[in-house]
Amino acid sequence: MSADKNVIKEESMIIQKEMISRNYDAITSKMETGRKMASTFVPGNLNELVRCFDMLNNLPEINAIQAGMRKLTGGYIMEAEKGGHSEDVCTYVKADIGQLGKGNIAPNGKPYPDPDVLLLSYTGCYTFMKWFELLREQYKCPTVMIHVPYQGDGHWTMNMRDYIVKQLKEEVIPTFEKISGVKFDIDRLREMMALSAKAEDDLVWVIETAKHKPSPIDAYFGAVYYVGPIFSAFRGTQEAVDYYKVLKKEIQYRIDNKMGPITPEGEMKEQKYRIVVEGPPNWTNFREFWKMFYDEGAVVVASSYSKVGGTYDMGFRHDPKNPLESLAEYCLGCYTNRNLPTRVEILEKYINDYEADGLLTNSIKSCNSFSAGQLMMMREVEKRTGKPGAFIETDLVDPRYFSAANVKNRLESYFQMIEQKRRGVKSAA
Amino acid sequence: MGTQEIVAKCQAIFEDLNFTHAREWKKAAPNRKVIGFMPVYVPLELIHAANALPLGIMGGGDQMEVIHGDAYYQSYICRIPRSTIELGVTGRLDFVDMMLFPFVCDVIRNLSGIWKMMFPNVVSRFFDTPQNFEEKIGGTYYEHELLELKEAIEQTTGNKITDEALRNSIKLYNENRKLIWGLYDARAKEPWKFPTWELYVIMRAGIMMPVEEHNQILKDYAAAAHQEDRPKRDNSRIVLNGSFCEQPPLNLIKSIEMAGCYVVDDDYVLVNRFLTSDVPVEGDPLKNLSLTYIKHSVETACKYVPKEEDKGQYLVERIKKCGAEGVIFAAPSFCDPALLDRPMLSHRVTENNIPSISFKYAENSGQMQPIREQAGTFADSIKLWN
Repeated sequence: MSADKNVIKEESMIIQKEMISRNYDAITSKMETGRKMASTFVPGNLNELVRCFDMLNNLPEINAIQAGMRKLTGGYIMEAEKGGHSEDVCTYVKADIGQLGKGNIAPNGKPYPDPDVLLLSYTGCYTFMKWFELLREQYKCPTVMIHVPYQGDGHWTMNMRDYIVKQLKEEVIPTFEKISGVKFDIDRLREMMALSAKAEDDLVWVIETAKHKPSPIDAYFGAVYYVGPIFSAFRGTQEAVDYYKVLKKEIQYRIDNKMGPITPEGEMKEQKYRIVVEGPPNWTNFREFWKMFYDEGAVVVASSYSKVGGTYDMGFRHDPKNPLESLAEYCLGCYTNRNLPTRVEILEKYINDYEADGLLTNSIKSCNSFSAGQLMMMREVEKRTGKPGAFIETDLVDPRYFSAANVKNRLESYFQMIEQKRRGVKSAA
Repeated sequence: MGTQEIVAKCQAIFEDLNFTHAREWKKAAPNRKVIGFMPVYVPLELIHAANALPLGIMGGGDQMEVIHGDAYYQSYICRIPRSTIELGVTGRLDFVDMMLFPFVCDVIRNLSGIWKMMFPNVVSRFFDTPQNFEEKIGGTYYEHELLELKEAIEQTTGNKITDEALRNSIKLYNENRKLIWGLYDARAKEPWKFPTWELYVIMRAGIMMPVEEHNQILKDYAAAAHQEDRPKRDNSRIVLNGSFCEQPPLNLIKSIEMAGCYVVDDDYVLVNRFLTSDVPVEGDPLKNLSLTYIKHSVETACKYVPKEEDKGQYLVERIKKCGAEGVIFAAPSFCDPALLDRPMLSHRVTENNIPSISFKYAENSGQMQPIREQAGTFADSIKLWN
């Protein structure tokens, strides 16, 4: 796209783009290379385990995001709806199904090959289960499911963990061995998990730099890039470890020079508002959406979306000493697998720890896992922190549900509200 | 008692949004507790064995104005959580000691967290049934979950659930399921004698009263309906699918019947027949409940189907068993489970040359004319072309 020529990119962004391109090339050339491929989800992503069997990791959510950012999903969704899929349901699913009906072309212009196995890591989202039942109907390939129980009482139990470990041992691993022809090697898994933990340490360092003033990162729009390698096909690899080293250097430089985050239009100079965001971003109008923030001097200092693929800032690390148990704990701890009171506590903590001005909820029409209950959550966070909340509605990849004028209007009103609240506090003092 | 009297009694119970029948049951003896539950499935036996009343909370229906509940949900969320919150906020559930939110979808799952925050004095629990159906994996997990639920119920009610009490409850619910399946079979055979709206009212009331009372009602109704002479019409025989959580307004069921359809199977109030075989009475009762769920429970959208070739097969078999000529997929608006499942079920019934139509509703849908027209056209097309 011609607009891309003017976009400011740092070295880490270029490295990451190359990593993702390489993964797409590996996926689309699997017939030539003979590598097997598993399709799976971001929350509960068992990348180390997939790689243990020399398999490729394909993530339909990421594919939908890629297609959304390329403005292709509108057509894909319509295609799926024409085929009988309801207008009410998840647009990631419909984008994926619709893409299949329109040639199933990957971002590198080559067709996606059929997966050899669907790894249904059923973590924190009901729709995942139906999504892979629908894909299974299309691909007629083996499907292996890991049911990750929900933390209804705000914590996981040994029964839940043992259940997941058993599913890994007795169902996932034997299926992977059969499909890949590779014998499971737990020491190989341990090695990868040690690399995961290194990268996770660095990711946490990165996202916590938003505590600085000015914040050197944007923890929502920018974090989408920062979490990319860990949330996708690179957790457990040296490439991911190296990526975060480069990223850390860049951010350290910005901290040392009191610089703001790098937006598509360059460094964000003025930071008037520090915001915590709950909910995923909209992908079809991602840059336009981001621009509405940085044009107003709003920087996101923490977000829940950057924890969907793992809540590392709450202390979790993949543990090479107990690899399968650790994978189970990882799945259990993903953000949307935590109950609403816990999610409120997390957001409250973010507001306080990151000295934020308020909580903005981007409520996603087609994601009930995130969205159902967000109004109550927002009110609860407002009550506990005394900081104002705001609510906007968009969608993941359905362009019909992104109304730029409405979103901008609401955001501007929200920033004015923060301003007024500040004035009120000052005059009271 | 004739069917009219029985149905009128049940309708009064099910339409009473103050839950007077359950309140009176609680008041009638000291230390009685009431445990509310939402769709689709909870092990009612465990609640009964603790001398508590399992109370089905299926939303507010079409008779309640939702004022507060809408403030908790965006426009694209289904209606049942809004009206359930309305029931809670307006004090209609103030006598409920514990609320169970079984796994059905992310909306009901998240409602369990909302309930914890809104009603901190009520014990609220999310109940996650297994999606792995291997005895040693999902079965073991579920047995432990049942044990945890049992302990939570004991703590709430103050009553120890003995194995003996649980076995007795299992017996009563086995009888309940047998009577319900018996009525369902009788309706499939002679649907003109067992109108679905009547059955529905009896099932809804059944989850708001002690199982002993419901068993007697089921027996009385079956006997009365068999004896009554009701005219047989030239209707089409259809199965309704997709209404397992948010329930339709009664008028919608009546409209489908009035449009020329005999409903010979449905998935309303599924909790009362979720298990398709008796739970063994002898042996470890928790293990028995667990294994019956794992091995003998209905296929519905909130359960994973491990094999692709089995997907939708349960529906096809029910259609054949009931001698149905078509399917109406009737799902609540914004119902992820039903609407995501529908294309797969639709493909499966089409492969079996079974015609189908689909529409959406909400528990407070008021306009029945389009439903009647759609169902009527479908019934006519079955008669004309099949």
